[in-house]
Amino acid sequence: MTTSELTPPQAKVGTAEKGGREGSGRRRVLGAGKQLHAGPLTYVVLAVFALVSLAPLLWTVVAASRTNQRLAETPPPLWIGGNLFKNLEAAWEQGGLGTAMLNSTIVAGTITVGTVLFSTLAGFAFAKLRFKFSNLLLLLTIGTMMIPPQLAVVPLYLWMSELGWSNQLQTVILPTLVSAFGTFFMRQYLLQALPGELIEAARVDGASSLRVVWHVVFPAARPAMAVLGLLTFVMAWNDFLWPIIALNQQNPTVQVALNSLGTGYVPDQAVIMAGALLGTLPLLIAFLLFGRQIVGGIMQGAIKG
Amino acid sequence: MTSSKQALAHSAPSADAAPGSQPGAARRAHGRGTPPPGPGSWRSRLYRWDMKASPYAFIAPFFIFFGAFGLVPLLYTAWYSLHNVQLSNLDQQTWVGLDNYKNLMSSDFFWGALQNTFTIGVISTVPQLIMAIGIAHLLNYKLRGSTMWRVVMLTPYATSVAAATLVFVLLYSWDGGMINWLLNFVGVDPINWRESTWGSQFAVSSIVIWRWTGYNALIYLAAMQAIPSDLYESASLDGANRWQQFRHVTIPMLRPTILFTVVVSTIGATQLFGEPLLFGGVSGSKGGSEHQYQTLGLYMYDQGWIIGNLGKASAIAWTMFLILLIVAAINLLITRRLRKSQ
Repeated sequence: MTTSELTPPQAKVGTAEKGGREGSGRRRVLGAGKQLHAGPLTYVVLAVFALVSLAPLLWTVVAASRTNQRLAETPPPLWIGGNLFKNLEAAWEQGGLGTAMLNSTIVAGTITVGTVLFSTLAGFAFAKLRFKFSNLLLLLTIGTMMIPPQLAVVPLYLWMSELGWSNQLQTVILPTLVSAFGTFFMRQYLLQALPGELIEAARVDGASSLRVVWHVVFPAARPAMAVLGLLTFVMAWNDFLWPIIALNQQNPTVQVALNSLGTGYVPDQAVIMAGALLGTLPLLIAFLLFGRQIVGGIMQGAIKG
Repeated sequence: MTSSKQALAHSAPSADAAPGSQPGAARRAHGRGTPPPGPGSWRSRLYRWDMKASPYAFIAPFFIFFGAFGLVPLLYTAWYSLHNVQLSNLDQQTWVGLDNYKNLMSSDFFWGALQNTFTIGVISTVPQLIMAIGIAHLLNYKLRGSTMWRVVMLTPYATSVAAATLVFVLLYSWDGGMINWLLNFVGVDPINWRESTWGSQFAVSSIVIWRWTGYNALIYLAAMQAIPSDLYESASLDGANRWQQFRHVTIPMLRPTILFTVVVSTIGATQLFGEPLLFGGVSGSKGGSEHQYQTLGLYMYDQGWIIGNLGKASAIAWTMFLILLIVAAINLLITRRLRKSQ
């Protein structure tokens, strides 16, 4: 292990199990670092970072299982106590996490469906269709990512009050239903994954654009749509600024409920920690199940974005 | 804008690299075998109209929604920033010209918030991106359980701003907090993370760093894997050791990605809001008793929805936007310089 760390990258290619079988043409495409085996020191350093990543979450479980008094004492608790379910129940009932989780599921779910659908349509148009001003419009789409959400919230709040929509879920769904990032993400994917010949063939068969989308684009885009769906769900679930302005504790999303907890709605630190745990749990489960896809999606978005 | 141009420039070659064609598959998928419509028939006109209009129909939802909930509100925010709009009396809006902006320029809290935003932005972004490059470098080795390591590094990203901040508030509490307790072992006296200026700014930054380092590491990792290995081969033939390879091959090849992450992090730092709000607890919108960690985003929320002056909040929002544009322009200039000097 340690000696291989010192050998230059190309020495590793021939001996690596995969590299040996592949032709020299393929070898060039391989990322350089992939051929280097990690030494023990690499694992140690990574383990430290992994611990820092996970420790606050693990400690949330510990804190959520204790009492308010215990959390104010020194030394802080390091192992799980006996009050976990009591605190979770208090967060669910008094903290409003029950309603909040249902609301967040509706909100994030709807936003995910809308964003994936609209992003795939627009991404397809930008990737594969010729039309006037397409480059300019794409640049505009990307440019909109520069605009901070703060620039919309005052008028949105005023209109919402006028419509009598205060505290209703559509106020947080509608403004987030499309995504510039999603559009660009789908465009980048479809540029590569959807051969122009497939569309041509469908056209020759006399298929309308809608039929092309349904029978050619959607099947080709499915993997990227799934990844975009996961990323969008995480972002929508965690959205903060507009929901805490538009909604209150009467009809909260998870982040609104957590904000109420943080500002003294239930003055019990253990219950607050139970709330933080509950509100994060769905996403942690999603990471456990689809971690590979989420990681792949972020890296895919990055390499081309 | 810089980042988008980079992105476009990068995506260009990928269009040519489309995988091989399988027209047969398409025929099978919906093989009715309808002959192409003849010229002049209504079907062919419909077909041509469909070809022309459908691209616009496909991008229309994005632009309609962005227009309604992004662009129009942005312009209205500018309009409201020239008015006196009070939360308690929404129907009465009186023209005040530039008063809201003049008011801002003479407010110590505004300049304080601007300075805090800048300081917190720097101490959260710089260490975060440096650590992310280091982690990406390590993740780029051939690792046992490589996917697991990547998912673990990304876990903080699953935690919302609100949940993460609530947990960190407890970790940073003055007595009984985990961090002061651990510092005690290395002989450091308890630090008042909430009241001291640098302490609170550091604490708020650490939440940002915790949530985003792994995410940025994955972005750098993706870019590192795209570096052709010949570059390393020729570097090692020239006798470059591993540090020199990292310094003279990896870092220069990462430059567009670094620029991209700097731009994205700058945008994020300018808008920083949730972390300081919840770090402050009950009176969070003030950003601490001395406003020591009140950012521009927080100041806007405080003026608009706690104090109830929506006109002034609009003026703050537009000022934030202008600052962002200036920062983006500076970024663009620096990049141009760097390109020319190469």
